[in-house]
Amino acid sequence: MRTNMARTITALVQDKPGVLNRITSMFRRRGFNISSLAVGLSEKPNLSRMTFVVQGDDAVVEQLLKNLEKLIDVLKVSAAPSEDVVSRELALIRVSATPDTRKEIVQIADIFRAHIVGVSPDSMIIEVAGDDDKMTSLQDLLKGYGLLEVMRTGTIVMHRGKAS
Amino acid sequence: MKRNGGQIVCESLLRQGVDVVFGLPGGAILPLYQTLPEYPQLRHILVRHEQGAAHAADGYARATGRPGVAWATSGPGATNLVTGIATAHMDSIPMVIITGQVSRDAIGSDAFQETDITGITLPITKHNYLVMNASELPGVIAEAFHIASTGRPGPVLVDIPKDVFVEETEVSFPDIVDLIGYKPTIKGNDRQIKRAVKLIEKAKRPVILAGHGVIFSEAYNELKSLAEKAQIPVITTLLGISCFPEDHVLSVGMPGMHGMAYASLAIEESDLLLAVGMRFDDRIIGNPTEFAKDSKKIHIEIDPSEIGKNISVDVPIVGDAKHILAALVELSPTKTHPDWVKRITDLKRSHPSLDIRATDKLLPQFIIKKLSMATNGDAIIVTGVGQHQMWAAQYYTFTNPRSFITSGGAGSMGYEVPGAMGVQVGQPNKTVWSIAGDGGFQMTMCEIATMVENKIPVKIAIINNNFLGMVRQWQQFFYESSYVATEYSHNPDFVKLAEAFGILGIRVTKQDQVESAINQAMEYEGPVIVDFVVEAEENVYPMIPSGQTVHDMIEEPRHSESQRIS
Repeated sequence: MRTNMARTITALVQDKPGVLNRITSMFRRRGFNISSLAVGLSEKPNLSRMTFVVQGDDAVVEQLLKNLEKLIDVLKVSAAPSEDVVSRELALIRVSATPDTRKEIVQIADIFRAHIVGVSPDSMIIEVAGDDDKMTSLQDLLKGYGLLEVMRTGTIVMHRGKAS
Repeated sequence: MKRNGGQIVCESLLRQGVDVVFGLPGGAILPLYQTLPEYPQLRHILVRHEQGAAHAADGYARATGRPGVAWATSGPGATNLVTGIATAHMDSIPMVIITGQVSRDAIGSDAFQETDITGITLPITKHNYLVMNASELPGVIAEAFHIASTGRPGPVLVDIPKDVFVEETEVSFPDIVDLIGYKPTIKGNDRQIKRAVKLIEKAKRPVILAGHGVIFSEAYNELKSLAEKAQIPVITTLLGISCFPEDHVLSVGMPGMHGMAYASLAIEESDLLLAVGMRFDDRIIGNPTEFAKDSKKIHIEIDPSEIGKNISVDVPIVGDAKHILAALVELSPTKTHPDWVKRITDLKRSHPSLDIRATDKLLPQFIIKKLSMATNGDAIIVTGVGQHQMWAAQYYTFTNPRSFITSGGAGSMGYEVPGAMGVQVGQPNKTVWSIAGDGGFQMTMCEIATMVENKIPVKIAIINNNFLGMVRQWQQFFYESSYVATEYSHNPDFVKLAEAFGILGIRVTKQDQVESAINQAMEYEGPVIVDFVVEAEENVYPMIPSGQTVHDMIEEPRHSESQRIS
């Protein structure tokens, strides 16, 4: 049994007012802890897809899946396997930048295939996409320059082989 | 033909076979009320407090198997329903609740009597709706009944703004409901059923633990056939009581915190536990790591999220109890376990949990036993929550399905009076006894006025010990008899109270008055209050303290003599 690891769960849900509230209310009531949450339209009309990252062992994840499935507005739930999936997150990072440090920051961004999407006299905004490790490493490297603001979308995942 | 929202609601209810609604009007729901005279087939029972409406609809549903309906106005009307909705949700009771809401343009403005009731009831309903157009009403109400009464049943709330009741629209009523996100599993998996049959074949000490689900799916005959064919003793949970006749040779009663010692011990000693339509509640399992450690477990349950929640099982079978039990009856071998049956008989003899000690005092257990005999086990018993509830569960002999009605999961004191009212409305030809505590009775006793007005002849037996008795018992056992805030030193005179309501009141203080009082109450035409002034500090035995095991059971100190009650 895998204990307390980050697990990714996706759910296909009705795109109706209050659905997100129903889902988060169930998470809160049953004591499940959400590390990240991403919501967006799916390939089907009137249906959204949600991706949750939660901490827990197999028993917790099983309960969570069953309780999600119980909700009338939830159509389909699956736990992403830890392998054979593409996992991505987008972040915008505002970092302190002076004329002296700008060049170094651009170099770091390049290494991470990140883009500079905004520049002001004393800061820059970097856009980066990737998995959690990549986000964390970039943030660590930028800390020395002064991290002013970090905005992350939450992880989304997709199985490499088949439609979920 | 154009109809307004109120008319659509009433017609939808009639299409669902609803014959009675419990409710109380107010501003936001008034347009619905004003359409009622057009629908004389829809009986409305005007309650004194909305909690009473919700409990009555719940009692109606438990007694009939059909969804109960309650409605109330916005704001405080809606919030007063909340205890009743939570009670129904915990016990999976099919109910449709309609609330008035402030007009659409006022929603979100903190308008007079505005409360976000769909937000409040999110965790205590199976589903809920806020309907923003009259044209959606036929679909929503059909869905509400479908969701409430299928799969694992539960309450569904429909919140309707005042101006939606007034809005006129052309509508058609749907014949079928098809929800893509809601398809309960009914038929059990064949492979799992075969695995279960193998376990039944091999078992030497099997027991069935039957719960509320057997009653929901009305699987009484299938349960009895399986028990008899494979000779498996049957234990029932609190809410499973009455799904298997207690005068049957294979009946072993209720286990758990206040269950019969022999039932808890039989589970402990079993090598196969066949759990049907139940959820391994903490009151039954005590310590989850110690519960029935040596038994293989089969769990038949319609709600997949209950499987593996508290207890891990060997063979889970998701589906409807009636279908799955029928398959098990067909596939299981004819078996006998004479040693095991004898062992249970011995356990019953060595742990006589239902003996009543010899005394001159008026004991609650004695009253329930007398009531069971006087009614020939044929009444419907509705209780509140606490000591009297446990004594009723223990000492009444239940032989008819749906004859024991009680708030199990939520443990809502105050259920006894309005709950019994709903039961009597649903079963007008039955004798309905509300066994009440003096505490719970006073929480909702206002509904006696409703009973008088609507000629609902519930017989109320107050087991009056002038205490919040179960809490007092906990204080005695676990807090060195420090009785903080559990004594009612000045209860009203319940006989005079009966007279004030215009009904018969009888006080009983001695054993020899019990039988005649019960008979007098049943001969009287309307509702009755019988005030049984009982031994105040009597305890419910046995008791397995919270979270502990069958080995920590406190049994009643052995008395030299027990009463023969005839």
